[in-house]
Amino acid sequence: MSGAVGREPVFPTRQSLGLMKSKLKGAEIGHSLLKRKSEALTKRFREITRRIDEAKQKMGRVMQIAAFSLAEVSYAVGGDIGYQIQESAKQARFRVRAKQENVSGVFLPQFESYTEEGVNDFGLTGLGKGGQQIQRCRETYARAVETLVELASLQTAFLILDEVIKVVNRRVNAIEHVIIPRTENTIKYINSELDELDREEFYRLKKVSGKKQRDVAQADAEILAARQKAAEKEAENDAPATAAPSTEETEAPDVLGEQEDTDVIF
Amino acid sequence: MASAATYKDRQFLAVIGDEDSVTGLLLAGVGHVTDGPDSQRNFLVVDGKTETSEIERTFQNFTQERKDIAIILINQHIAERIRHTVDTFTDPFPAILEIPSKDHPYDPEKDSVLKRVRRLFGE
Repeated sequence: MSGAVGREPVFPTRQSLGLMKSKLKGAEIGHSLLKRKSEALTKRFREITRRIDEAKQKMGRVMQIAAFSLAEVSYAVGGDIGYQIQESAKQARFRVRAKQENVSGVFLPQFESYTEEGVNDFGLTGLGKGGQQIQRCRETYARAVETLVELASLQTAFLILDEVIKVVNRRVNAIEHVIIPRTENTIKYINSELDELDREEFYRLKKVSGKKQRDVAQADAEILAARQKAAEKEAENDAPATAAPSTEETEAPDVLGEQEDTDVIF
Repeated sequence: MASAATYKDRQFLAVIGDEDSVTGLLLAGVGHVTDGPDSQRNFLVVDGKTETSEIERTFQNFTQERKDIAIILINQHIAERIRHTVDTFTDPFPAILEIPSKDHPYDPEKDSVLKRVRRLFGE
């Protein structure tokens, strides 16, 4: 799995290791936050779905009752009033207003119905007969439309939530299955490269110290050889000296004086 | 994402339906005719003689061109005639609501939103 996602194109340095580590941390935090957001939205979504189902059933009943009251009207008026009503409709009395509701950062609109006061297009409808039935029918239909508005806001919320949940889930999955493994991979790669560099460095140091030891040993050997040579030379010089001991004894007080001097300096 | 500007002005309901449904909803007071020479109604009466292309044109007009419509009420049997257009319209605004009519009882199986609900829950 982790091999398939590859790694980021970075140089294996300690700085980028730090960057990658903070990136991984950020990705993990983001993942948990998004996951929680998605869960909250899904909960809301399920609730809305259930309410839509209920509201749709309710709408079926309400519309049936409304249709029946309209049938009553046409019976009472004794003719078709559809044309008259269509022609006299001028200004909407029944309007909606949209409000916003915030669910974990998602704005869900909610329609709210209200009646525009002072607008009445159907003042004369049913003046001859059937006025009462028409009044009742209007009330029934107003209630039905209220149900419809409620349903419409649920439905709009449903559509928006559906979209948002898809986006959030896509992000959650991208972080979980692409970004985090890839960052981990990168960290692993940088670590292995740094280890490799460490080993190389250690080997190099070992080499250097070995070379230094060899150099020191050689230098020691040279010094030793020089001393031996000097000693031999001295020995050669000593040989004639023994031949003439008288000269050495004359020098003896000087040597003692020198020794005293060095002692004082010490 | 729906910003405030996209639905602030939306305050009307539009109706596409048979004569009885339109009459009833107009009685409730949803009807609105814009002023001016190019006055537009926010309702369409569909009978047996209405062309499907006209329904479709009205639907497009309500969904794309008019910015003051919040909810479109459409009779289910009429939505059936332009099913493809209704199903491909997935924007949150305006909300499309399929309503039953007097002659055609409501069938939840055909509703475009309920279909999505069913699909989401794997039924």
